[in-house]
This record gives sequence, structure tokens and C-alpha cells, in this order.
Amino acid sequence: MQKKISSIPFSGTPEQEAKLKEAIAAHIDDPGAVMPVLQEAQEIYGYLPIEVQQMVAEGLNVPLEEVYGVSTFYSQFALSPKGKYNISVCLGTACYVKGSGDILNKLSELLGIDPEECTPDGQFSLTACRCIGACGLAPVLTVNDDVYGRLTVDQVEGIIDKYKNA
Amino acid sequence: MEMLNIKINGKDYQVEKNTTILEACNKFGIKIPTLCYLKEINEIGACRMCLCEVKGARSLVAACVYPIDRDGTEIFTNTPQIRKYRKTNLELLLSNHDKKCLSCPRNDNCELQKLCLEYGVDETKFQGEETKYEEDHTTLHLVRNNNKCILCRRCVAACKNQYVSVIGANNRGFDSEISCAFDLELGDVPCVSCGQCTVVCPTGALVERDDTDKVFDAIADPAKHVVVHTAPSIRATLGECFGMPIGTNVKGKMVAALKLLGFDKVFDTNFGADLTIMEEGTEFIQRFTTGGTLPMITSCSPGWIKFCEHYYPDLIPHLSTCKSPQQMQGAMIKSYYAEKAGIDPKDIVVVSVMPCIAKKFEIQRDDQGRDGMQDNDISISTRELAKMIKTAGIQFTELEDEEFDPLMSVGTGAATIFGATGGVMEAALRTVADVLTGEDLKQIDYNEVRGTDDIKEATYEIAGNTVKVAVTSGLKNAAKLLDEIRAGKSPYQFIEVMCCPGGCVNGGGQPIQPGHVRNFTDLKALRAKALYDDDLSLTYRKSHDNPEIKAIYDDYLEAPGSHKAHELLHTSYVERGVKYGK
Repeated sequence: MQKKISSIPFSGTPEQEAKLKEAIAAHIDDPGAVMPVLQEAQEIYGYLPIEVQQMVAEGLNVPLEEVYGVSTFYSQFALSPKGKYNISVCLGTACYVKGSGDILNKLSELLGIDPEECTPDGQFSLTACRCIGACGLAPVLTVNDDVYGRLTVDQVEGIIDKYKNA
Repeated sequence: MEMLNIKINGKDYQVEKNTTILEACNKFGIKIPTLCYLKEINEIGACRMCLCEVKGARSLVAACVYPIDRDGTEIFTNTPQIRKYRKTNLELLLSNHDKKCLSCPRNDNCELQKLCLEYGVDETKFQGEETKYEEDHTTLHLVRNNNKCILCRRCVAACKNQYVSVIGANNRGFDSEISCAFDLELGDVPCVSCGQCTVVCPTGALVERDDTDKVFDAIADPAKHVVVHTAPSIRATLGECFGMPIGTNVKGKMVAALKLLGFDKVFDTNFGADLTIMEEGTEFIQRFTTGGTLPMITSCSPGWIKFCEHYYPDLIPHLSTCKSPQQMQGAMIKSYYAEKAGIDPKDIVVVSVMPCIAKKFEIQRDDQGRDGMQDNDISISTRELAKMIKTAGIQFTELEDEEFDPLMSVGTGAATIFGATGGVMEAALRTVADVLTGEDLKQIDYNEVRGTDDIKEATYEIAGNTVKVAVTSGLKNAAKLLDEIRAGKSPYQFIEVMCCPGGCVNGGGQPIQPGHVRNFTDLKALRAKALYDDDLSLTYRKSHDNPEIKAIYDDYLEAPGSHKAHELLHTSYVERGVKYGK
């Protein structure tokens, strides 16, 4: 799947930048430093916007395009930030045959975003994930650390409302 | 050197150990199809077109990256199984390819199309989802149509080889695409517009912006006086577009064709090149004798200039302030020629024919042209000129030679070698040495700066001065010299940089030669030879001996480096920096 590029303005802090610089300094002499530095950058910022990737590119003296190529090849890297509430829908085999695809579509429709995107107000992000090992509860989704199982499409709106009003 | 006895298709051969199957077969007259392979810069074995069978190997192997390392290796290049695999491979490529060949700019010159013909493919064999991309028209020099892309990565390698790397492979699986970081358009990334990607693209995914209609329209407009001028290297390459051997000098036929196309005047950019030497030579002597910024670096190559502005903006003071020959020629056509001919420069359309597509960018730069007029109005590449000649039905190979029009018809040998790496330096040295010694020197061949080595250096004793020079082409090599200057360790006083590897003869606007020719022919050297031969054949071989150049200084420009010369022939640069996005 093509990576979604966030349009939400970047809001990095000087502390985050200092941490990233440390990570770059720690890896600068390693061959293939791009991947570990990107991993640490994602730990620091939660995602990898152009501003962060440019710092990585400059710091490691590799072209931005090369950094971006790595960040779009591996599914673990995100170009979009996570919302205050990250809704993760399991698309593992058991959940999928039990209709989690429809649940994902409903969430997408209600939130007005595609999977791997974040709502403009930063409240909700949507992720399609692989099996989370709760097949007995299929279909299942998580909102941050809360787990919701044996779902039907018409329960979805109520779950979102709970967090909207939280 | 260890030699191995091998068999190819049952026949005995001897090869050096670790020769690849592709190289060995080429040596013995067997052509193996390739789509991704580019010698030295893209040896990745990705396209799987070159699959061959090695007896005893578990599977078919990619000939381009398979080194022959044991005695008795038996290779098969043309079995029914191999033909079937290659054919299926092509059919799979076509399953996600925009197959509108008839309207493709690379129709009849497409490596994918040629292979499909050779292997007799069924283009409808695999039908399914196709990726759809918007064409990218955001630059002045090229158009990207990813619907034609086969992901061979040759362009990525060419861009990386230029130390630019603004394009690369992004996303994965079916969504893999060659694009810029963060989906930016080509106009919003620090591309230097060299066009090397267009020269290596096997299909129509990356092509020059086609400005031929603008030229045809100008010629057809009776109110316009359309003047064309052709760069030094066009005469050495245009013939290739008409099936002539690489390295044929077609100057006379080219002039004849331009006259048949209906241009009102046909001038030689070699005149502009000689003018460049007068100005640049003078600038160098001035910097050298008065403690100016050294090393001075040549400024003829707009891709190189843009590279410096983006990636080494701190070194801009090292750039010669001279406009390129194209721009000097245009400026002189719209001033000196306009005055002599009694034509309002506003009615003149200047068309340049260039080996380069960065020239399309250069004509629209700031601080070129004056009174709201560009020095050149349209710049077309060698390939576009060939297309115009074909459209007009001109039988190029049958033409009788003709001469350039007077006033800007004479180019010296010094000017003609501008098209090859080392040429600008040699031309400048011929003039600088005469000026500094006050003599008419007879020894004017500067062989040390010739040839296609990455970096060439030489030291010359001229009238009691020691001048250390370096010549390079290809931006990867240029970067090495620039890093030295940055570190304060550059031993040189004068450096020539040409953007494209080998210089303009291998420019981004030059005729496209397919992979198997590029990989196994020394294109740069063959084309350059035509220019060095031309140099030897000319009456005048030093820029300052050119009678038309003497005339323009006597009648119009006063002296090299004069106030008027500065106003018309010099320019300034912009610190662009590495900026992504609008």
C-alpha cells in the first residue's frame, strides 16, 4: 500500500531535535545507518515527516530521496502522526473473515480519513494492523490500550463517540 | 591474468576469469537482451531480461551480473526455455504499461518496444489492474510519464552518478514507483536539469520537453525573423539520428537541413564559443594577475551552474561571470546582428540547437537577456532537431553540404572542441598563452586535458607564470574538486567543469543510443574524435584569430571585458541551496 503523507503541520520541539542529533551521531559511521536512525527518529517523533527526514538526510549526508525510499519500503515506518486515540483494526485472517474489513471501512467513513492517516484535529488516527493474537474475539479493534471484540459494524459509531466525549 | 575455457551454446571460447556472461557474449558477437543494465552505474540484475542457462546451476542466471569463475563453464543463451521466460517477462512488463506506442515520443526508439518485436509478444496476455500516474510537466526541461516506466532504475543510477539523487524507488510491491521524496514534483526538488535520465531511459517515461512546435510556428509566422544557431557538438552527433556511424561530422548537411527548414539565418554557436574564450580568458588573466578569486571555474554548462547553486552555493564566487556560448550568441544576435541587419530585435526569434536540455532552463534564467527580451527564445536538443528534419521530409543523408551565414559563421578549432570535456580549457589556454607571452605560439595542442578520464590535471609554464589546471566532467567528479576548494586545499588556478560525463558530446539532449550500444561502445570518445578532427581541419584554431571575432570587438564591443561586453556577455548567479517543496 502506498504510504500516506501527512498534511498536519510539523510541531517538533528542540528537545526532540537534540535527541535525534544524538541518534545520528551514534550511527554516523555505521554502514546502512539510515534504517536504525529512522527507527530512533520514529521513536522520538512518532512518525517521519519531511522535516525529520531532512534532518536525517543532512545528518547522515545521504540524499533525502534515499531516506524517503527506505521509509516508504518498510511498513513499520509511518509518514503520518498517530492521533490522541489510535484506532487499530485487526485485518488478520480470523478477523478478516469475520468482517473486520467492513469495520475498517465504516471507521474510515465516520472519521473522514483513510487507514494510516490522522484527523486534522489530531484526535484520531486509523491503522490497519496484522493479527494481534486475539482471534477468539474476532473481529477485534484496539483504541490505544483498550480492546473491543466480537464487533459489528453498527457498534463502531458508539466507540468513537465514547472517545470524542472523553 | 587467469584465462578460462568455456563453452557458449556448444562452442569453445576463452575468457578472463570473472568476466560476466554478458560481457563475454558481447565479445563473441552474441547479443543478450538487457533493460536495466548500465555498465558501471547500474549493475543490479533486476529486469531479468538477460537470463541465461549455466549448466549445473539451480536456476537461470542474470548474465549481466554473473561472473564466469570456473573452467569448463557451459552457458546457453538461446534455448526454448530461455526464450519463453524472456517473452513472459516482457508480457508481464506490458501488463502494467501504457501501451499507446503510436503517440509515445519514444516510438521507434524504445528498447522495450524493440524487444517485444524480437520476442513476438502478445501485449494482451496478462490483463489486470494498472497503475495510473499524472504526467509531471513542472520543469522547463523534461516531462515525466510514469505510466511508461518499467522500474529498471537506470534513471536513478544516472541521477545518483551526478550526485543529485532527486529521484529514486519509493513504496513497494505493485505501488513501487520512481519518484521524488514526499511525492514532490520534479519542479520542486533540486534537480539540476542535466537530462542524463532522459538519455538512459529505455522507454518514454522520461523525455525532453518537446519545443519543436514552437519553432515550426515561429518559422511559419511571416512577421518573425527566425535565426538559428547550433552548438559545437551537434555536428558530431546529429548524423546518428539518421543511421550514420557514431562520430560522423555532419556540419555541412546540418546547415543545409536548417536552411531547408526555413530559418532566415543559420549561425554557428562556435562563434559564441570563441567569444566566450575572449571574455573568459580575459577574466582569468585579470583574476590571475590581480589576486582575484581562484580557482576560477568555467560557466558554460547550465546543469553544472545549477548544481553549484544548489549544492555548493558558497563557491559561487569561483564561477566565471561569463554567460555560456548559447547566451552570448543570442545576446549578439539580438544586438549586433539586429543592428547590422536593420531588424528590430523584438521581431527576431532566436532558436538554439543544443546537446543539452538544461539549456531550456538557462534561456529563461534571470540576468540573461535585456529590455524584457530573452537572449534566446527557444532551445531545442539534437533529438528535437532530428525530429523536425524528419517531419519536414528532408532526406538528410542525401543533402549537399552548405555553409553557415556570414557575420557569425566562423568558428575556430578552439570553439569546436568546446563540445568535449577538456575543450573549453584547451581553447582558453590557447588564447591565454598567446596573450601572456605576446607571441603567436605554434604548440597549441594541450593533450593533457583531453580524454575521458574522471579528473585530468596539468601544470603549464606560461610567460614565467605557473598555471595549474584541472578538468572534469560528470558532477560526481566535480564534487571532488569542489570539496577540495571548500577545504582550502585546491592547488588549481583554473578548473573546467562540464555537467555531463564526457562533456556535451554525451549531453542530456544528444541522440539516444540503446543500452547495448552505450555499454559496449565508447560513445564519448567516438563523438569527441569528430570534434578534435574538425579542430585540425580548420584554418583558425585560436579564438582570438577568428576574423569575425576581431570584427565584433572592433565594430561593436570595443575590447574583451569592456563595459559593453560586461553588459551583454556576463551574468550573475543565485544561491539556491538544497530546498525541497515550493
